[in-house]
Amino acid sequence: MRPSRPVGIVGYGAYIPMGRLRTSEICRVWGGEPPIEEKAVSAMDEDAVTIAVECARYALRRANIQPKELGAIYVGTESKPYAVKPCGTIVAEAIGASPQVAAADYEFACKAGTEAFQTCVALVSSGMVKYAMAIGADTAQGRPADPLEYTVACGGAAFIFGPRSEKTLAYLEGSYSYVTDTPDFWRRAHEIYPRHGGRFTGEPAYFKHIIEAARGLMAELGYGPNDFKYAVFHQPNVKFPIRVARMLGFGMDAIKPGLVVQHVGNTYAGSTPIGLAATLDQARCGDRILVVSYGSGAGSDAFSFVVEDRAEVPNRDPPVSLFISRKRYIDYATYIKHRGKILR
Amino acid sequence: MSVPRYWRESKYRYRLIGKRCMRCGALYYPRRAICTRCGSKELEEHQLSDRGRIVSWTVIRNPPKDYERFAPYVVALVELEDGIRILSQIVDVEPEEVKAGMMVEATFRKIREDGTSGIIEYGYKFRPPVESKQDSS
Ligand SMILES: [Zn+2]
Repeated sequence: MRPSRPVGIVGYGAYIPMGRLRTSEICRVWGGEPPIEEKAVSAMDEDAVTIAVECARYALRRANIQPKELGAIYVGTESKPYAVKPCGTIVAEAIGASPQVAAADYEFACKAGTEAFQTCVALVSSGMVKYAMAIGADTAQGRPADPLEYTVACGGAAFIFGPRSEKTLAYLEGSYSYVTDTPDFWRRAHEIYPRHGGRFTGEPAYFKHIIEAARGLMAELGYGPNDFKYAVFHQPNVKFPIRVARMLGFGMDAIKPGLVVQHVGNTYAGSTPIGLAATLDQARCGDRILVVSYGSGAGSDAFSFVVEDRAEVPNRDPPVSLFISRKRYIDYATYIKHRGKILR
Repeated sequence: MSVPRYWRESKYRYRLIGKRCMRCGALYYPRRAICTRCGSKELEEHQLSDRGRIVSWTVIRNPPKDYERFAPYVVALVELEDGIRILSQIVDVEPEEVKAGMMVEATFRKIREDGTSGIIEYGYKFRPPVESKQDSS
């Protein structure tokens, strides 16, 4: 998919809550091997909406535009605080973008955030709106002792898209979406915790969709892996993105800047957007970045961005690395209190 | 707080919007209809600064209903950069780390939940600024 007129990222911002749970803490309680070092845990007064608002405020500041210039705000999340009542309207009010703005929430497991990218790109490219904001934010839950509990985490990132101009940080070359009906992971209505197909989450799900979307996009654009300086893949754990990168022909140098899962965990809809934000923090003018999300259910969105010189202009906004180093360790008991797994 | 009242006040609580007296410049938060300094009724909405310093604080160990799970938590009088003083919960900090004169910035948090089926009230709280060490001059 290519925009009918040039579109780019004009602002972005990430937010990762301060709480950290070492996975060795989970192993102490439930056994097993730690798949990552530690994961981000929201405070008791944080949820997907507050995380989305934090990201949105940073993105607006980086874009240096007025909130009323936003024509659309889409929040991708699977941890909506309300089953019915959009996160998007709360975010719009909190940043001062309402009332003349389109807003809604997207649900597509871990690719809800990049699905919002596609819509924002389309709205800007068609000229329907000047700027549109896509947010991926989650406070994902895993059942105690489930393999998911060792990695599911809290965090998000927001991206503002606008017409390509002197404000653009990175412009979009093209995108590609690949979707099939694959029951690898789901959560039924009124259930707190998701269920998953165990081994089934690998080959026919994560790997197949990411590889098809990445190859499809590269074929459309006439590129190979060597044309990209960086690549960001959905990171549910450390092994999967490294393996999928190797399968596609990307080395560790390409994925390293965006690979934050070791210290953040799997932030679901926030995962790929945070990886892109961390990569943009380090990228230089002219660098080409491949971004491929994965959401269970299942599908992948692939994007090719090229970094512009404005991305190198120094700014005071906190980079993803600052959020990674800003942390406070909590124990398993505090964690289950924070995440509402135990009530007084 | 009732749902209509929460709705009427949400933008002021979400974005720290106060009132400014158009005659004498006095700032108010929460907002008021009449300036207590000069008596003027002409007050306009004013975006308050999102940064300030802690003037004084207390640790709440026996919180009111609906705030029990946050305890112990810090409530502080914060002097914003534009001079106005407001009360706020301080987050992302342990009670023993709070100091007078400490720099803080506004953040967006859940304030209260009306059980598991009622409305979720959001609003501002303050936290130590999230910024690189070299910038925190
Ligand atoms: Zn006055």
